[in-house]
Amino acid sequence: MSNDAKTMTIWQRGLRSDLIACLLIGLIAVICFYAMPSGLSLLTRIIAIMLLVLSIDLVTGYGGVATLGHAALFGAGAYAAGIAAAKFGITDPLLMLLIGTIAGAIAGFLSSLVILRGHGLSQLVLSIAVIMLAREAANKFSTWTGGSDGLSGIAPSPLLGMWRFDLWGKTSYWLAVILLLVVFLILRQIVRSPFGMLVKAIRQDPIRVSAMGAPVYWTLVKMYVISGAVAGLGGALSAVATKVVGLDALSFELSAEAVVMLVLGGTANLFGAMIGTTVFIWFEHLVSSVNPFHWLTIVGVLLVTVVLFAPRGLTGIADQLRDKFGKGGAK
Amino acid sequence: MSLFEVRNLSKKFGGLNVTNDVSISLNPGDRIALIGPNGAGKTTFVNLVTGHIRPDAGVVMIAGQDVTRLSPRARVHAGLVRSFQVTRLFPEMSPEEHVAMAILQRMGKVEKAFGDYRSMPEVMAETAEILGILNLTPIARSRVSGIAYGQQRLLEIGLAMALRPKVLLLDEPAAGVPSSDTVLIERALDRLPPDLAVLMIEHDMDFVFRFAQRVVVLAAGTVIFDGTPAQVAADPQVREAYLGSYAE
Amino acid sequence: MQTILSIGADALAYGMVLFVISIGLSVTMGLMKVVNLAHGAFAMIGGYVASYVTQQMGLHFAVGTVAAVLFCVVLAFPMERLLFRRIYGAPELIQVLMTIGITFIIIGIANWLMGPTLKTIALPDSLRGPVDIGFRTIAAHKIFAAAVGGAVALGLWYLIERTSFGIKLRASVDDTAMAGALGIRTKIVYSVSFAIAIGLAALGGVVGAQLLPIEPYYALHYMVTFLVVVSVGGAGSIPGALVACLLLGAVKTTGSYLWPEFGNFFFYLAVIAIVSVFPNGLMGRAK
Repeated sequence: MSNDAKTMTIWQRGLRSDLIACLLIGLIAVICFYAMPSGLSLLTRIIAIMLLVLSIDLVTGYGGVATLGHAALFGAGAYAAGIAAAKFGITDPLLMLLIGTIAGAIAGFLSSLVILRGHGLSQLVLSIAVIMLAREAANKFSTWTGGSDGLSGIAPSPLLGMWRFDLWGKTSYWLAVILLLVVFLILRQIVRSPFGMLVKAIRQDPIRVSAMGAPVYWTLVKMYVISGAVAGLGGALSAVATKVVGLDALSFELSAEAVVMLVLGGTANLFGAMIGTTVFIWFEHLVSSVNPFHWLTIVGVLLVTVVLFAPRGLTGIADQLRDKFGKGGAK
Repeated sequence: MSLFEVRNLSKKFGGLNVTNDVSISLNPGDRIALIGPNGAGKTTFVNLVTGHIRPDAGVVMIAGQDVTRLSPRARVHAGLVRSFQVTRLFPEMSPEEHVAMAILQRMGKVEKAFGDYRSMPEVMAETAEILGILNLTPIARSRVSGIAYGQQRLLEIGLAMALRPKVLLLDEPAAGVPSSDTVLIERALDRLPPDLAVLMIEHDMDFVFRFAQRVVVLAAGTVIFDGTPAQVAADPQVREAYLGSYAE
Repeated sequence: MQTILSIGADALAYGMVLFVISIGLSVTMGLMKVVNLAHGAFAMIGGYVASYVTQQMGLHFAVGTVAAVLFCVVLAFPMERLLFRRIYGAPELIQVLMTIGITFIIIGIANWLMGPTLKTIALPDSLRGPVDIGFRTIAAHKIFAAAVGGAVALGLWYLIERTSFGIKLRASVDDTAMAGALGIRTKIVYSVSFAIAIGLAALGGVVGAQLLPIEPYYALHYMVTFLVVVSVGGAGSIPGALVACLLLGAVKTTGSYLWPEFGNFFFYLAVIAIVSVFPNGLMGRAK
């Protein structure tokens, strides 16, 4: 009835542009599906990590919290979903995803209580201590987690009773794509909402926010819970898709790499998180098959280059180009 | 009963009486200036009142409610709002977003995780009204980091207006503004609601005399004068406090 | 009692090695406000140089140590000028990314030049054998490490509290702009302090090589440990770093003696407890 652009509210217009973005992502997903049928498991892994990087964008890009321990939330989701399947026989994939999401949210809540106690350096160190502690715990409670051997015996039943998780990873791939689209739509809503605006304001000046009478601490805790849910979903997705959970899901390395992906893509716009993850993992896949130390050197050079020449990441470069040519065109 | 009352407020830092038995009270509609030489303890006084520092003794009351033990945030909810001497705004956000956020906060909607303030007509109408009063409409959607300092000062006042306080603490609202632009600040202050009680800390005496009905002088943490602007210039203690500090 | 003394001796040696390496990091963090995760990489480079000089060239341990420190100091100047100076005062996350990047590059190069295997440093005979310290015997190199730690602490204290360079350094830490206005060339103070910090890292890498063995991933393995020490002690504080090293050395050593399974677990639990209660470190200054 009110499809006429003039009567659309700003909220509806925002939703429309998000839906267009979703269509684009979906289109890319379809093209990838047909262009590289043997690379579906890599693509699924990219999407699972993408959810982790998106969740870091929420607290770091939007909220300004410095964290190098965010994989704890991803790992919580992965282990919760994996343990539910391997030890409790909960093999319905959607139920596993739900359990992972909830576990991630709880992990987000708990780790925020620790990490938000610090600022700057102490915040970084606390976040590192959280991931180290989580890893040690998972390593030691091997009856539940499989320890350093990893947790196996995860056998998800067919999705909605109709689609089996096949050898080629087609089901996992489409499940991942749909989850990504749903998460993307929800997160776009959240970052545009008053709550999202408040979180951005806290990053810029928390004292000003409290002088306005708005809560600072609990707002960040809430954002952490949302972020944890997204990261937990990513972890659960990787558990469902790969059918194993290893200690690398709970590592400092994964936490740090995910932050690198975020900064590479650009913070606080959600697109950067998705682009950065894709570029990084793709690149890693190409180079590390040759020599892991070369990969390390290349990531190093990449990091130094990004910090020195493009601190706002790939999407920042795109913005600058658009500004430049946009202005040039107007004159 | 007064709207805002500070009774016998005291604070020591390492044996030094930074605030010493200060009492001030404001009624609705009051326009009071708090002045004093550098180091008189004005900033400490503001921080004590807003709750950023705990006093050693004394009481802060807003509309009959004892807020001495409350957090800065709770005092905002009780109706006490401050502005900052050095502008504290969110550099990446627009004036419109600033004011809208303050309005949403007042309405208790700032934590809503759904929807967009730009599709809330009541928020947009009030935002437009406040920005209009402050002549900020043309730059409503520019980034704050790119607007003139005088406009940032106006926006500070706009934020305070949007919160609709009962008591407003203005910490040197014209600090850093070129004198040609202070008239804009004064004009904005004239548009504040008439029943709002305002306590302004200011250095510019001409500004103080035009704005305030009453002047309180703080020196070495103590109130040494409380009276009309006409009397203050003639008061020997005040002259002593100011000239004394210059003589040093 | 025997156990306690035994743990104490090992904790002291371990803590002092940590101290020698991380004190430089603490100074750079306190002074230049740089979270330099590449600090451990310089300790590793020092270890490699000493290893090369003593094993391949067959020279004495003392020559190897001096060569390691000099090599890193010389390396430090251009790196400070070209890379680190760009990120002074930048947000922590940006600093972390850049310095992790530098660490990765150094690891890659180290592996390319020296190979992935563990490298040892040839010790002189005097440091090789066990020494009887009454209630037990302890490796001589551990005593040496503790002694070097003590000497570094005293030397730094003298440098900072008693020399004119120390005055300039402290002034620059307190207020860079003011120090500059007083005619202190803060950029040179920065460069020199950075070089000293890196030199100490190299020294620690050599002295501690028996406890923290030199291999390409050294820079990554101990990165977190050094960062934790500085954060617990308080950036820029020498006594803070000393206390933190001894404390964390004690926690770690006790943990691995009594509950070898859960040594790291207690270590990080202690870190969370301390940093949560003292966000500026045990002896750090409030911002």
